[in-house]
Amino acid sequence: MKSPARPAAGPPPHPTLRSLTRVLPLTPATVLLLLFLAGPIAYCAYIAFTDLQLTGQAEDSFIGFDNFRTAFGDEAFLNAVWLTLVFTVISALIGQNTLGLALAALMQRASKPVRTLVGGIVVTAWVLPEVVAGFLLYAFFRREGTLNAILDWLHLPTQNWLYTLPILAVSFANVWRGTAFSMLVYSAALNEIPKEITEAAEVDGAGGWRRMWHITLPMIRRSIGTNLMLITLQTLSVFGLIWVMTRGGPSGKSQTLPLFMYEEAFQKSMIGYGTAVALLLLVVGSLFSTIYLRLLRTEV
Amino acid sequence: MRPTAPSPRRSPLRLLLTAALAITAPGALTACGTGSGSDPDTVEVSYKQSTDNQIRVLDTFLADVKKQFEKANPGKKVKLVPIKAPDSEYYTKVQQMLRSPKTAPDLVYEDTFLINSDITSGYLKPLDDYLADWKDWDQFIDTAKTAAKAEDGKTYGVPDGTDTRGLWFDKAIFEKAGLPADWQPKTWADILTAARTIKDKVPDVIPLNVYTGKPAGEAATMQGFEMLLYGTEDATAADASDPLYDEKSKKWKAGTQGFKDALTFVETVYKEKLGPEVSDALDPNISTRVRGELLPEGRLGINLDGSWLPQDWLPGSGHAWPDWSEKLGLAHMPTQNGQSPGKVSMSGGWTWAIPDKAGNPDLAFEFIETMQTKANAQKWYIANSGIAVRKDVAEDPAYAEAQPGIKFFTDLVPSTHYRPAYPAYPKVSTAIQEAMESVTTGDASVSEAAENYDEELKAATDNQVIEE
Repeated sequence: MKSPARPAAGPPPHPTLRSLTRVLPLTPATVLLLLFLAGPIAYCAYIAFTDLQLTGQAEDSFIGFDNFRTAFGDEAFLNAVWLTLVFTVISALIGQNTLGLALAALMQRASKPVRTLVGGIVVTAWVLPEVVAGFLLYAFFRREGTLNAILDWLHLPTQNWLYTLPILAVSFANVWRGTAFSMLVYSAALNEIPKEITEAAEVDGAGGWRRMWHITLPMIRRSIGTNLMLITLQTLSVFGLIWVMTRGGPSGKSQTLPLFMYEEAFQKSMIGYGTAVALLLLVVGSLFSTIYLRLLRTEV
Repeated sequence: MRPTAPSPRRSPLRLLLTAALAITAPGALTACGTGSGSDPDTVEVSYKQSTDNQIRVLDTFLADVKKQFEKANPGKKVKLVPIKAPDSEYYTKVQQMLRSPKTAPDLVYEDTFLINSDITSGYLKPLDDYLADWKDWDQFIDTAKTAAKAEDGKTYGVPDGTDTRGLWFDKAIFEKAGLPADWQPKTWADILTAARTIKDKVPDVIPLNVYTGKPAGEAATMQGFEMLLYGTEDATAADASDPLYDEKSKKWKAGTQGFKDALTFVETVYKEKLGPEVSDALDPNISTRVRGELLPEGRLGINLDGSWLPQDWLPGSGHAWPDWSEKLGLAHMPTQNGQSPGKVSMSGGWTWAIPDKAGNPDLAFEFIETMQTKANAQKWYIANSGIAVRKDVAEDPAYAEAQPGIKFFTDLVPSTHYRPAYPAYPKVSTAIQEAMESVTTGDASVSEAAENYDEELKAATDNQVIEE
């Protein structure tokens, strides 16, 4: 194995100086991140320990872990945690991820016009603003919507999907909207796989599934990890889509954590409590991230 | 052989990016806004713009006042800052703006529903000094003056009208069902009987609409639940008190019998399928649909709703429906069993208030004065189907005759009720919506829903609750 060529150079610069010149270009970005990301997050972390309200209160006070205790004793919160997990697993881990991989794999073999067309359609769904996508899918699933029109035409029973199966409807919406991202990531990864290997496997008599299982998947493992992490984080914070389609209803049956947080913070005015919930959501996100990062670390 | 896996060495940049992504995704949920400072010659006016693009009543009115104001005050400018949102999101947005001097407008349109809450937060400026020098203030009727009066006795807003509520019914549907064109129910049972008749005789329409559940928000509480609840007691009795809040002990009342009766009514409407499909009733856009589609298209028999509906049907509003008054009848909402005074109405309305952190409060009050001259106030009440709070306008025949329905709804003012709009009210209201929603979907029985309400009420009011 040949290591990449290094530019020829004289004596190496002083180690601290070298690391300093390496870090220097990152300084503006780091300062910006600290200022606009870490700053508000630190402030929010502080608010989570107060009883701050949006309105109806002259002064707020520090209340320690009360908000967190309230959350874990609140059935609506536990319901939201459960629905968030269901939503993330169904729409991101299963839906977007596998569908994205399948599309990417199929498009490797497809002719150019097909590739352009399919890619174009999928990416359009991704580029649409969340709220617009929400309205489109609301129109698709509602009682007088497109889906029921199709079912009716096929003489199948119709129902109001947003009412009977709200969490599945919004999960489907998220799959519809977010698959493009996974598809792009996997297309790039699949293109990186050297032709010789797959050809060799083909010569050895490995079928499509075997090649996928024994060669492709192990080789794009890192991309799978990265993709899972990004789509999980995106999905955990989905708000507009669900808000537009169901507002978390009926009776909280599609109320994921972001919607629960919004309701507590902005509709019931309990900013402190809402922020505590947001922090817990952050924890959930970090847990997922840690798992994926571990997955990334393992070498093939 | 070429390396098959990407280099295991991770650049610091990639790590940083990963970290940034990990933080931003959930971090985006904690949205914080920024804004600009105030220009001393510009009055910034924040108001609620209808989510229906075709309804521009307030926009048109304010644009007109802006023109008058800028003409009368050379060098001064008015900047209109519309906030296009449903009610509940409008409140949230305004409250966020009011927190900081950078974002606080000079004048803000406040619902009486939340004004006490915002006063308690110190968001608003008392207007007493201004009002003392303003001769038109004497023209405002006394009940309206108290709409924005806080517990400290100071006034924080100038009301621009009020509203009342009643039953709207479709005369054509009534005729088909064999019901009288001058229908006036005396009890709740009469309403249900009429709805059942419509269901039998005119099966393809919705017999009765009562707003319910969280998606409808305050419309469910006020047009729906409270129109029932305030009719469960004898409001003229010597010991009559508010069914939600006990003034004497300053405590909220836990699920009373009246509360359960009102829930039972809601349950009956949806259980017997007298109302819209439950999934439609819990559609966040239900109130827009009732005004824009169901009533004008003759698909709804009886609608329990507010006096402001015709503003959506005025010429130029997009859903112009000039002959609505020939198609629709009006009946007042009866009490539960016909107890005195026989009819129920709820009132609220909006006020113009000056934020505590406003940059130009003096100029803002001058804008209120321009907006609330008799001529402008009258123009506004008529334009938005509001009920006059100025005596001189109420006495003007041009106002009473301007639109069918105005007299009917103005006559309800003596038997109207105001909500206990204390700081805990918005949370109490949400708890009511949750109770309504659970009996509407059938997830809970009336007694379970009432029990849940009691629990929610304790949490919402810091245990300031009495049980009867």
